[in-house]
Amino acid sequence: MYSYTDFDEAFVRERVSQFRHQVERRISGALTEDEFKPLRLMNGLYLQLHAYMLRVAVPYGTLNPAQMRQLAYIAERWDKGYGHFTTRQNIQFNWPKLKDVPDILDALADVQMHAIQTSGNTIRNVTADHFAGAAADEIEDPRPVAELLRQWSTDHPEFQFLPRKFKIAVTGSPNDRAVTKAHDVGLRMVRDASGEPGYEVIVGGGLGRTPMVGKVIRDFLPKADLLPYIEAVVSVWNLLGRRDNKYKSRIKITVHENGLEKIRDLVEERFNALRPEFGGVDQTLLKEIEAQFTPPAFVSKPTDAYEAARASNAAFRSWTDTNLAAHKADGYAIVSISIKKHGATPGDATADQMRVMADLAESYGHSELRISHEQNVILPHVHKSDLPAVYAALRDADLATANIGLVSDIIACPGMDYCALATARSIPIAQEIATRFDELKLEHDIGPLKIKISGCINACGHHHVGHIGILGLDRAGVENYQITLGGDGTEDAAIGTRTGPGFPAEEIIPAIERLVLGYLDLRSSPEETFLETYRRLGMEPFKAILYPPEDKANAA
Amino acid sequence: MSVIITDQGFQTEDWTGSFTPVTDLPANAASVEVAIDLPSDFDPLKLADRLEEIDFIRVDFPSFSDGRGFTIARQLRLMGFGGRLRARGHLISDQYAMARRAGFDEVEISDEQAARQPEADWLRRANWQAHDYQSRLRARG
Repeated sequence: MYSYTDFDEAFVRERVSQFRHQVERRISGALTEDEFKPLRLMNGLYLQLHAYMLRVAVPYGTLNPAQMRQLAYIAERWDKGYGHFTTRQNIQFNWPKLKDVPDILDALADVQMHAIQTSGNTIRNVTADHFAGAAADEIEDPRPVAELLRQWSTDHPEFQFLPRKFKIAVTGSPNDRAVTKAHDVGLRMVRDASGEPGYEVIVGGGLGRTPMVGKVIRDFLPKADLLPYIEAVVSVWNLLGRRDNKYKSRIKITVHENGLEKIRDLVEERFNALRPEFGGVDQTLLKEIEAQFTPPAFVSKPTDAYEAARASNAAFRSWTDTNLAAHKADGYAIVSISIKKHGATPGDATADQMRVMADLAESYGHSELRISHEQNVILPHVHKSDLPAVYAALRDADLATANIGLVSDIIACPGMDYCALATARSIPIAQEIATRFDELKLEHDIGPLKIKISGCINACGHHHVGHIGILGLDRAGVENYQITLGGDGTEDAAIGTRTGPGFPAEEIIPAIERLVLGYLDLRSSPEETFLETYRRLGMEPFKAILYPPEDKANAA
Repeated sequence: MSVIITDQGFQTEDWTGSFTPVTDLPANAASVEVAIDLPSDFDPLKLADRLEEIDFIRVDFPSFSDGRGFTIARQLRLMGFGGRLRARGHLISDQYAMARRAGFDEVEISDEQAARQPEADWLRRANWQAHDYQSRLRARG
């Protein structure tokens, strides 16, 4: 894992001191509320519906146990004893007091963490594949590059007052677990004809009110050209991006309005001018960063205990069937800890649960934790022989839900319970769907199915890329939920298609139940997933299930 | 009136010439001292052949949240502009380091802005060369 240099350490301390001063100047009136707003946002502080919210970066989703314990400490000392893991590998604290925030930032700096550029019109926290460094299908660990991008984007003088936010994701595997095509810039590691690793650069993806799948702007970018090229992209957009309408300011609209060819030409021209600016020290720094991401010392030992526990304990077997992923090292597994217990708030973890996960990472997981964009926590390196002990400890902490990738592993935005922008509730809908399918005991039979819920058209719950997407809107003061089908956030990215009229809150759960049970009748075999069935049959049979003739008059 | 800010703090205007809107730049300005005003939506590439003739460029910041001026400054410097470069308009002291790092020599703000954001706030950011990831990443090997 990356450990701060003296430079990084001095930087975050200086930044906290600057923010402390900014808070004082806001209180004295030297800064107007308008002027203070972008300054607090670029330090992670939002004003929500009821209170301030502090969004803390978990760069490329990687945490060590000391950092996780500090998050638990912050949750208890300055918040209400819990934190919320988000879809962009951040953790949010929902109830901090403005006067405490500089102290919280200092507490984060104590464990080499920060909240810099997690909000505002800046380059946001760079996200990466949550299985990085562990996945069996990986070309290269994407985290060193994500760390290089973190350093490059941090306090970049040109890019603190951009037309709008700018999000970058990077994946080192052909199987895209970082939703790179739904980012302003997505980087996918590929090899050229000679076998050299580089990046496919994707630009202009995004969800929100105008969902777009990103387009390839560069088929192959050599690793050494990354910073000047990305700087060229952001710099071209900074001058060209619209500032007259915030809904048209993201780079996806700039690309759409100007055409990919024009943007590509402008970027190449700027890239050629910027390239000589980088004299190679960035590559030396990258090598030093890479050296800090060397894989842990994996051990060889028997897995008999694991096999025996699977044979004797059905609950354990079920958990291993859903919550483990293939690891590159023999005898190891990637463990996903579900933060989606049926009926609980997706992504919320208590301070005690954070400490349990930190302890497990320390005892059994080479001291590594990850936060996934699907709002779960991951122990990336666990030897199979330790899994029975890990499972027992998780069960005691109410963290052993066996539902990863299943119908109740729902992404939901905070919705109207917390967010000032939301037009409908998201969390209660997620809770009710999860509870209902738990009662039906069909979850494992249904198999892989991604439901994603957003409480407004800004699409923080990624509903556009849900196999089933749910969008909560306000229709004349009444919550109304639209359904989309066929969305996909992987390397085959697709935006879901609307089924038709939306449903009021009391009808959305039965509608989802109808849809999923209907799929069970439609699938060609138990192996055919929901998404595959939808792709084979198209929208019509699902529409017929959702809107039976006698109900048509009732659907709003 | 306005206040000019450098690493030494508040200064009074020392440029005695006038400023010309970029649209009025004379066809051949090589023999005279020329200072021009650029709006924030100006494409600096349009000045590619003229930079040698220009002594002073003032870039407008209509609002502190309009960050185009920072990219314009960087681009002018990349294109080889070696003259005096000033950011003028609604800037806040927290942006001083960004302005200097982007290539500006100085900042010009209104007296009203200067009264609300006193010299000490700006001097606090005069250490813009410290804690700068960009100069670290762009250093020569």
